[in-house]
Amino acid sequence: MKTRSKKTRRQLLIRIGIAAAIAMLLIVVVVFAGAFAPNDPYQTNAAFIRKPPCAEYPLGTDNLGRCVLSRVIYGGRTTIAATFFLVAVSFVIGTVIGILCGLFGGIVDRFLMRIADVTLAFPQMVIALAVAGILGGGLGGALIALGITMWVSFARLARSHTLSIKNEPYIQTALLAGKSTGYIVLRHILPNTMAPILTNALTQIGMTMIGISGLSFLGLGVVPPTAEWGSMINEARAYIQIAPWAVLAPAVATIITIIVFNYLGDAVMDYRDL
Amino acid sequence: MIKKIAGKIIGLIVILLILSFFVFLLLYLAPGDPAEKRLTSQGIVITKEVLQAEQERLGLLKPFFVRYGEWLLGVIRGDFGLSFKDDRPVAAKLAAGLQNTCILAMASLVFSLLISYPLALLSAMRKDRIADHIIKVFSFIGNSLPNFLISVLLMYFFCIKLNLFPVIADGSLKGLFLPMLSLSIPMISRFTRQMRSEMILQLSEDYVTGMRLRGVKERYIAVNIIRNSLGHVITIIGLQIGTLMAGSVVIETIFRWPGIGKLVMDSITSRDYPVIMGFVLVMGTIYVVINRLTDLCYHLLDPRVRT
Repeated sequence: MKTRSKKTRRQLLIRIGIAAAIAMLLIVVVVFAGAFAPNDPYQTNAAFIRKPPCAEYPLGTDNLGRCVLSRVIYGGRTTIAATFFLVAVSFVIGTVIGILCGLFGGIVDRFLMRIADVTLAFPQMVIALAVAGILGGGLGGALIALGITMWVSFARLARSHTLSIKNEPYIQTALLAGKSTGYIVLRHILPNTMAPILTNALTQIGMTMIGISGLSFLGLGVVPPTAEWGSMINEARAYIQIAPWAVLAPAVATIITIIVFNYLGDAVMDYRDL
Repeated sequence: MIKKIAGKIIGLIVILLILSFFVFLLLYLAPGDPAEKRLTSQGIVITKEVLQAEQERLGLLKPFFVRYGEWLLGVIRGDFGLSFKDDRPVAAKLAAGLQNTCILAMASLVFSLLISYPLALLSAMRKDRIADHIIKVFSFIGNSLPNFLISVLLMYFFCIKLNLFPVIADGSLKGLFLPMLSLSIPMISRFTRQMRSEMILQLSEDYVTGMRLRGVKERYIAVNIIRNSLGHVITIIGLQIGTLMAGSVVIETIFRWPGIGKLVMDSITSRDYPVIMGFVLVMGTIYVVINRLTDLCYHLLDPRVRT
């Protein structure tokens, strides 16, 4: 039995390694988009409208003669950066609220957890749609719309883990030794609650990406001409018969990215469950 | 028990009140003046007098809470106001859309269950065999696909490449198929994953071991597994209602299915705020009520939770 769990543990580590490597590769490509993109993603070219893939334009051109590959690479930067930004902000806000609630309890805790309950009681995308729709297009509106509900899962996790370790002897010892609350939070509580919260952040990436590109697809997120996968698919969908590559390229990019991050999240979760 | 149900109903009302307040606040905070919006969307030239008269008529000059109260009373009576665009009652518009959305959602739900239940059973009974691995891989991929991508790709292959289905879903049965499929693919994946883990849990129960020891055929064990996991169906449907709503907005917009999702997207484009608010209110209410009902069903069906 022991050898078996050791084996699956190693298998899982290999899976995590591969997924993380691909994820890193994707991030490197979009961060250094300028080095990888063959052309300027915003340069229109009337002589090359909706041209199929060729040497100069490896994935063809779109309706305005822009290089699809370059736009996919730069679009990835928008999508991935927006996703990471949103997850990071929710992560920080949620964790701070969660730890403070768990640590101090009382009326503030009850009030904030009540808000969390109420937030969870509503359909996230419906709220996001209304907020983004009323705030008008733009990435900022979309991020606010999705962020309204995203902090909750982090806050709940941080709170429950803080509660479960609050009365552990080592924290009591630190208290008796006269350490300040700030010291205890930074030195003991944060390190001990980080693992589950980070795992949660990882699993949220795929969902957030779906949300952001979905809102952009509907015209409620990133506004053209800024390259973003969802809005590119929406733009190119009108002439899919003539230039299917302009839709398929961002579509494949979206699918691969989401699958990689979901896979990574699942693998890390499985590893922690072992 | 009665006390508990009463408590739940009060909780429900509180949640709905908060929702209505949120919706109203959203409109209040929306950029631009509703009276102005209304006039421009009807193509009327705005002068100061016309604007003031319109503000007066819409009751915009009253204090915030008075307006909220009046609006809420109207909503309770089923009066969601008039659409900015064509002055038709929002409630009628929403009802018409909701009907089509329900057809789409129900069809997808039934279709997804019909596909995913046997898949989950097969996957669970043949755990770690080839069939299980294949099903696991597909359900993982399906779970990672955004609805809008599935719709666009399906539309490309079935409507344009193969010319099998109409591009615009016209409300006919043939038009229903592709939107339903787009909505179902991620749902099938999730149902299969959740059902599979529930069935695997059931398979590790003592009664299964007992049956196996007595030499009962796998077929009969499967029958028991099916019966005992039926209660779980309600829970997983409840979990998917939100996804179903969000998905139907995207899919209706792409396939031009005349549902509530397409209505709200059109209203967002034309800044028709009363319709957007009505949409959030109706969808939010449906979502909250369904969630509470699944909770209740779960309690009624499974005696173990009833403590």
